[in-house]
Amino acid sequence: MNRRMGLRLTWAVLAGAGADLAGLGLIAAAAWLITRAAEQPPLAALSVAIVATRAFATGKGVLRYAERLTGHDVALRAQAATREELYEALIPPRPARHGGADLLSRMVDDTEAVQDLLVRALIPAAAAVLTGLAAVVVGLFVLPVTALVLVGGLAVSGVLLPALTAAAARHWSARIAPARAALAGSVADLVHGSADLAAYGAEGRALTAALAADDDLAALERRQARVHALALAGGTLVQGLTVAAIVLLAQGAGAGSVATAVLALTALVSFEPVLPLAAAGERMAGITAALRRLKEVRTAPAAVAEPRDPAPVPAPPYTVEVEDLVVRHADAARPALDGVSLTLTPGRRVALVGPSGAGKSSLLSALMRLVEPEAGRVLVNGADIRGLASDDARTLMTGLTQDPYVFQTTLRDNLRLAGPEAGEEELTRAVREARLEQWVERTGWDAQLGEDGRTVSGGQLQRLALARALLHDPPVLLLDEPAEALDEETADRLMADLLDATRGRTTLLVTHRLRGLEGVDEIVVLEEGRVIQRGTHAELVAEPGYYRDLWESEALTRSR
Amino acid sequence: MRAERSVRRHLAVTLAAAVVAGLLVLVQAELLAGVLSGRFAATALTGLVAVVALRALLAWTQGAFAGRTATGVKSALRRRLLERLQELGPARLSGHRSGELVTLAGRGLDRLDAYLTGYLPAVAVAGVVPLAVLVRLFAADLASAVIVLVTLPLIPVFGALVGMTTKAVTERQFHALSRLGGHFLDVVRGLPTLRAFGRARHQATVIRQVADAHRAATMRTLRVAFLSSLVLELCASLSLALVAVPIGLRLLGGTLDLTTALLVLLLAPEAYLPLRAMGTRFHASMEGVAAADAAFAVLDRATTPEPAASQATAPESGAPRAAGAGGVAAAAGPGRGAPRIELENVTVRYPGRDDAALSGVSLTIEPGERVALVGESGGGKSTLLHLLLRFVEPAEGRVLVDGADLRDLDPRAWRDRLAFVPQRPHLFATSVAGNIRLGAPEATLDEVRRAAAAARADEFVERLPGGYDTPVGERGANLSAGQRQRVALARAFCRPHAPVLLLDEPTARLDGRSEAAVVAATAELSEGRTAVIVAHRPAMIELADRVVRLHEGRVISDTTARPRLPSPAPPPTNAPASHSPSSATPPADAPASQSPSSSVPSTDAPAPSPGTPSTHTPAPSPGTPSSDARRPDGPSPETRTEDRAADDEHPQTGPGGEEAVRAGGQDLGGDR
Repeated sequence: MNRRMGLRLTWAVLAGAGADLAGLGLIAAAAWLITRAAEQPPLAALSVAIVATRAFATGKGVLRYAERLTGHDVALRAQAATREELYEALIPPRPARHGGADLLSRMVDDTEAVQDLLVRALIPAAAAVLTGLAAVVVGLFVLPVTALVLVGGLAVSGVLLPALTAAAARHWSARIAPARAALAGSVADLVHGSADLAAYGAEGRALTAALAADDDLAALERRQARVHALALAGGTLVQGLTVAAIVLLAQGAGAGSVATAVLALTALVSFEPVLPLAAAGERMAGITAALRRLKEVRTAPAAVAEPRDPAPVPAPPYTVEVEDLVVRHADAARPALDGVSLTLTPGRRVALVGPSGAGKSSLLSALMRLVEPEAGRVLVNGADIRGLASDDARTLMTGLTQDPYVFQTTLRDNLRLAGPEAGEEELTRAVREARLEQWVERTGWDAQLGEDGRTVSGGQLQRLALARALLHDPPVLLLDEPAEALDEETADRLMADLLDATRGRTTLLVTHRLRGLEGVDEIVVLEEGRVIQRGTHAELVAEPGYYRDLWESEALTRSR
Repeated sequence: MRAERSVRRHLAVTLAAAVVAGLLVLVQAELLAGVLSGRFAATALTGLVAVVALRALLAWTQGAFAGRTATGVKSALRRRLLERLQELGPARLSGHRSGELVTLAGRGLDRLDAYLTGYLPAVAVAGVVPLAVLVRLFAADLASAVIVLVTLPLIPVFGALVGMTTKAVTERQFHALSRLGGHFLDVVRGLPTLRAFGRARHQATVIRQVADAHRAATMRTLRVAFLSSLVLELCASLSLALVAVPIGLRLLGGTLDLTTALLVLLLAPEAYLPLRAMGTRFHASMEGVAAADAAFAVLDRATTPEPAASQATAPESGAPRAAGAGGVAAAAGPGRGAPRIELENVTVRYPGRDDAALSGVSLTIEPGERVALVGESGGGKSTLLHLLLRFVEPAEGRVLVDGADLRDLDPRAWRDRLAFVPQRPHLFATSVAGNIRLGAPEATLDEVRRAAAAARADEFVERLPGGYDTPVGERGANLSAGQRQRVALARAFCRPHAPVLLLDEPTARLDGRSEAAVVAATAELSEGRTAVIVAHRPAMIELADRVVRLHEGRVISDTTARPRLPSPAPPPTNAPASHSPSSATPPADAPASQSPSSSVPSTDAPAPSPGTPSTHTPAPSPGTPSSDARRPDGPSPETRTEDRAADDEHPQTGPGGEEAVRAGGQDLGGDR
């Protein structure tokens, strides 16, 4: 794979260099043809130059076309390979990070840097080097001292200027990026906070703030433009001065008009592929930053350690025991889960309740091997799940997770990802159990969902996720807030159906709604990572405490 | 306006510099040809150097002024966009396109850069320089000039032809391209979901297949797209050969002098170059044009006739009538105390929606009354608040404030009398104090502290690393939902002069304790003010003197709350609605202040008067936040004022939850 990529890249570079060289050859041959013709030699002396001129003229266009095609092909392949590599690196769960969605988009954009690196930087630079070398070689043959001048000029515009523009770009992007973020933030405030601003008569102030942020950014961008312009001007100057110097040297050395013309025009044209490198240098700053970020992502440690020799998956039925589990999220002062124990015997249903931030989801994450516990164990049929491959652990315990995602594909495929082998009947049943059938009927199984497809409301998304979990039907079903984002009535019905559907299934249900929990075998109340109450619904309602308070408050909520 | 004039000046300088630099290339060619042919002495090289220096200077000028032009244009557009967004107002911004607007006003406008700094100068150069080259060539050598003149138009002609083909091919593939291109991001975003169902590894092969398909599709379009550059290159280089070879032959024959020959050789490519430069910048510039189009589409929406909303939000439209009356104070309505608010047969429609969000609602809210708005999602509760806020305007009927039509009041002055807590309060990327001060910028830190204490926000704020100066992060990311809600409540507290309180589900998404704190705070805040509270949770409903139920935009019950105790036993699970009148039940039967059923007499608690907020929270004294969360002992003295009977009379939803969800989507996105 890599050797073939190298070969493709070589072809692209050769085609690019060929195109540039053909341009150089065209002008050199034409210059030679004309100046030599002025000396009025026999026609035969010119025939080679005539043929060469025409050949170079055709070759230049054709080779440029070839370069662009091969270059883009290889760049797309490289990008695909980078994405694949990135994806493989992302498969093992990572510790959650801030600004998840934006981070992901940026990461995906970063993989395009590889494409830019090849198409805009590497291939043109390699072609420019080869062309410059050719021009220098011509100079060496005709008048060595001009070659020296040409090397100097090309080095300044092809190496020094791009290096300077790259440095400047790094410098400015470090200052422009925060200014841009500040502007984006104040614009977002204006749009998303428009109700708050209007209600409190603060629109004027917010607008002023946004315009001030815009002024700051504009000032920085103007200064950046001046630096960019300086690089452009420098390139023009170096090119002109080099040509003038070469003419002066050639005439001083009495090189004759043919040689002088060829030297001057070759030098002039040899700058053509070199001058754009200043802009490429500017882009390089962004490319290297992107590549560095990608590398950081690839080398970031996974959230959980995989065992060297994964134990085989134990045989059903499964009993899951959680023993004094402590989970701490990165750098948090207080553990999210602080010594929790519970047991799920086959067919048993346990509900986890408690205020937000009590550690309910952290417990599910630990069961799904998405976080490494700090202390304590999770045992499946007596064996620590750390001994299982984390993929295997997730085949045992999974279900409805937080932030379910709708893929940009059909409704059917969105569901089937949780059960690739599922038949029509199973799909229908899962949809029915998740109370999604009306929507499915209306929307149709083959409707495109996701970004540019049909929008999915929060409630529909939640039920789609539930349908997936029911379709997947893991030995131990985990349900994280299945009624989240549903209106009260739907949530009630959904929970009632859910408790029906899970009867007899080993289930761990995280919820903040207590209605219907009479049916579960045990309720564990978490607060600040600790179990503060546990028991059946009847027991918990009978004793004062969080559960009863919540129950009473909820009982009053019933608006019927 | 002045800014736009200076932008025009900068653009003129940019274009002039580009054109002059292009023309200087002619001079440069002239000098070089003269020196190389030996006609000019070597001293002419100083002239050449001077020309080069001048070109460099012009290149710098062009670049610097192009930067000024670009930032100027972007700033001007951005300013107009943002002003326009404010005119549009909250009601019309709350659509799902708000994210797009943020992007457009931010990064989207940056796409204009390529157009302004690259394409426009290239067009100017392409318009002038080839003509100048042709003129010079005609003067120097007619035969060569004719060749260039004939071949030159081939470039735009072929360019356009290939461009059209490319467009057709790209359009044919556009859908596949964008779908395949977006696949990777889609999969990466959904990775946690894939992982949960053990499909993550399987997707790696899918990614490879899709990437291959994407590459194949892209290359198919590129093969055509790059044809244009092939044609341009061939035209230019073959024309050069076409010019050079006859010149050589004529030199051989002695009918042409070397200087002219070299000049032609140097000038001929310069005729083609600007056209090629313009061609290569064309594509990037189109993105800029698209960005500008998008911006103008937003700006031009001003002219589309949507009378209600545009009137509601443009301060100018409401002001003139009031301005004559005399000052803002008068415009704010008669009196500054708690006003009497009347809705007379109000219907509200949102553009593009068939059903009215509110239809024929009549309601009178007495000064100091506390009204809870209840009902399922999409019933029109948030719309009613937005109506009072003048985010939306009635299509029919009117809203009276102390007898004056709300439309005649200056919206700013009217809103100055309101304190509003939206369902999803937006926290601004500033400090906690700055957020609390939103409606009272001159409030002292002491006042901010008092407001925070009243909103039960002081405790957690003081625990924050920087106290009141702690930045809340973008959209309040550093705070939890409950904390954000309490900051928003403190915002309302920080307007002690506002006699009308509008709260949209202040306890949604809060857990029990946060809820108790917010309920207690709300009880205090609403003391002595007119309060309209959209409520789902009973604790909040209990605060009200009156419960108004909205269903499908109509008031279906209006109940003055009477203190009463519910049976201590929780309601049975899945209690079916006792009976179901059609949803067309006229509001006439609704104001049954006396409920016909299940009036359980108070036994263990004195019935509170309707004025006192009686919640299941014991006295909402400030300083004891979340006092209900863990009551130490005994059966709680539940006192309930909610009118359960009225609720029983009306079924929640018709065909099922699905309808509610759908309808919810229509309610400004507010009631979810």
